[in-house]
Amino acid sequence: MPIDFLYPEYEVIRNPGRCISCRICERQCANGVHLFDDKTKKMTADESKCVCCHRCVSLCPTRALKIVKTDHAFKENANWTGKAITEIYRQAGTGGMLLSSMGNPEPQPIYWDKILINASQVTNPPIDPLREPMETRTFLGKKPGHIERDAQGNIVPNLSPQLALDVPVMFSAMSYGSISYNSHAALARAAAALGTYYNTGEGGLHKDFYGYGPHTIVQVASGRFGVYKEYLEAGAAIEIKMGQGAKPGIGGHLPGLKVGPDISKTRMIPEGTDAISPAPHHDIYSIEDLRQLVYSLKEATGYQKPVFVKIAAVHNVAAIASGVARSGADVICIDGYRGGTGAAPTRIRDNVGIPVELALAAVDQRLRDEGIRGQVSIVAGGSIRNSADLLKAIALGADACYIATAALLALGCHLCRTCQAGKCNWGIATQRPDLVERLDPETGYQRLVNLVTAWDHELKEMMGGMGINSIEALRGNRLMLRGLGLTQKELDILGIKHAGE
Amino acid sequence: MLKEGQVRIPAGCAISGIFSRSGARTSGEAIIKSISTMHDRSNGLGGGFAGYGIYPEYADFYAFHVFYDTQAARDACEDFLEAHFDIVNLSKIPTRRHPRITDEPMIWRYFVNPLHVKLEASQLDEREYVARCVIRVNDQLEGAYIFSSGKNMGVFKASGYPEDVGAYYRLEEYSAYSWTCHGRYPTNTPGWWGGAHPFALLDWSVVHNGEISSYDANRRFIEMFGYKCNLLTDTEAITYIIDYLGRRQGLTLPEIAQVIAAPFWSTIESRPAEERARLTYLRNAFAPLLVTGPFSILVGFDGGLMALNDRLKLRSMVVGEKGDTVYIASEECAIRVIEPSLDRIWAPRGGEPVIVTLDKGGK
Repeated sequence: MPIDFLYPEYEVIRNPGRCISCRICERQCANGVHLFDDKTKKMTADESKCVCCHRCVSLCPTRALKIVKTDHAFKENANWTGKAITEIYRQAGTGGMLLSSMGNPEPQPIYWDKILINASQVTNPPIDPLREPMETRTFLGKKPGHIERDAQGNIVPNLSPQLALDVPVMFSAMSYGSISYNSHAALARAAAALGTYYNTGEGGLHKDFYGYGPHTIVQVASGRFGVYKEYLEAGAAIEIKMGQGAKPGIGGHLPGLKVGPDISKTRMIPEGTDAISPAPHHDIYSIEDLRQLVYSLKEATGYQKPVFVKIAAVHNVAAIASGVARSGADVICIDGYRGGTGAAPTRIRDNVGIPVELALAAVDQRLRDEGIRGQVSIVAGGSIRNSADLLKAIALGADACYIATAALLALGCHLCRTCQAGKCNWGIATQRPDLVERLDPETGYQRLVNLVTAWDHELKEMMGGMGINSIEALRGNRLMLRGLGLTQKELDILGIKHAGE
Repeated sequence: MLKEGQVRIPAGCAISGIFSRSGARTSGEAIIKSISTMHDRSNGLGGGFAGYGIYPEYADFYAFHVFYDTQAARDACEDFLEAHFDIVNLSKIPTRRHPRITDEPMIWRYFVNPLHVKLEASQLDEREYVARCVIRVNDQLEGAYIFSSGKNMGVFKASGYPEDVGAYYRLEEYSAYSWTCHGRYPTNTPGWWGGAHPFALLDWSVVHNGEISSYDANRRFIEMFGYKCNLLTDTEAITYIIDYLGRRQGLTLPEIAQVIAAPFWSTIESRPAEERARLTYLRNAFAPLLVTGPFSILVGFDGGLMALNDRLKLRSMVVGEKGDTVYIASEECAIRVIEPSLDRIWAPRGGEPVIVTLDKGGK
């Protein structure tokens, strides 16, 4: 129907003076945008299929291509924007939910950008990380809160299992299935090289990666895909996924077309079946049930591994986190509403949940008010975009941060937000063998190591500027932060002062 | 302008301490002479002293030194003290008018012991009971401030240069086996009397030179355990950290030093396995109490004194010995001026505590 026609959002601009019709763009585009016209011997494009992933642009040998946002427009309307109108057409045409991928792209406030960092002047010397030790090693896990001594008066090591992180950054959960084998290979290797951890997500652990177990967090989600004793024992820690920032209140979805033989085996589900995780864990209908699952997992692994509980940042997150802290969890992971996903209903992604900055600040303060901050570590994610976000998160109270979108960007993701189609031209969010092989795990691993190493350098430089030479002295050190352009209410929730105060 | 406690004020400083291992008590004159040598390290906005062994006749009673801004505050505080303690003696603390010490509050001293019935009812350890009462007064009673609360020890402090403060409090009339003192250089406000050092809780007293960069991380952790950092000063936070680790967790002084000025991981890794495990445990278990940024502190306690620098030694501090007397100061001149011929003088390394105690426990 004519009303269902939507003018393509992006246009492919080809410089005819530069194009040599080598057809690389055609071969690179899994969406079939580029075509060679035999009659005219020229390249053409069907921009309606273009997702703006820049694969063709990046590989064009003569720099003949660029992608631009179309200037085709609806009549100006601040309320009924072009986006709002086209969404109506799409839903009226299909009767379906709108689907999206990656994090919420809407222009809501980004609190990280309204927080400024302190530096030492005169009364207290900055410390030079090139010349003095600067420590970013972090331990995650419950602290004992009391000293025990043996008959000789020696301190008895009464710590619960801890995870040691050489950098306060881990790779967040992304399942094998939602991303490719090669992506997992790069993440696992990078985590091991960096002295940190990556997270399997809810898709189980491929047999090939058991060797990276000491740097792996194995996830147990509501679908329980790929969960069995060996899997639990393979990881350094176990994460119970209660929720995800991109889609609080619903479970993960992996369409059957992505469930090939390898994924079928890893997830322990038949080939070609949809892997639809239930919205709740069906054995957790309240907090006391969570406690049972936490202890079931601890029993199953002989109390040798810390148990993480990951929750989406929602309105009542502080009280929920307090309950989680009392449920035996060793680490609470808070996932903000800008966190990414391989597929989520657009309305949920863009409207459900709260910013991680506010959630983190509220949780950290609440646990302190209740005197139980030492019982759990806090990991913040969704979304941490750079080392300044990381530093601000730690100063607000996080022990470490999870990154996932940033890690995918390092691997080549261009944030086209079309993961749900399974045709990722960069070999990340796809299971098509010809696409997967575009991502070289060796290069990917090196780029991930580079990214986190660069952030660690920047973190140390900023810490040194503040006169802090160890990460634990930064954690929760909110006096090192000031707000800019925030209301008193926002400042109160963040627990920081305004710039100039 | 906001008063101290409403706003956080960075400060630089001078510190000095004299400790007699034999327990011989000397008047406050030597310590005043020592600190006055470092006059330029203070700016007249705060000075103070702590003396141990000064109240032998009341050795079994907690000596509360209290500042009052108003008569109403005094009435309220005395009501509170009477409800919780048996007060065996109360008086104004004797002072001498001094041209450079002005704006003085009312300064009172009480020798007290917890009321037996109240203490039993609270089911608390006696020192915990006293600490809670002190924190409650300082947190909740506007205009009343208990700045000294130990047994057989006392803190004397004011806004002014330390040598003037010493003269004002007539310290030549007190005799102590351990003296510490402090000259303050706060940066942006007329120092408030309560904000001067030493800062004390029970028999702990702390004088501190430096500005710690870990302040809010330390504060927000220690406040989980009932402490209220009302003054927003580093010294207050350090005192509470030491009280928490020492009195409540039962760590020894060397262990406390290994928490607050923890060795670097690279150092820890070079130690033998057993030591490495112990240091890793302490650093991990009490990670939020690591203190970073420049500091040199003197921690006075019943029968002893500990000196400690931050782990990078970003503040000067030297230790001298002559016979059984130990001298510790920010600058060597402050020691030489009172004892020119020392047996030994050295600068302790960053993070390396110097702990001196009375011989035979002072008996």
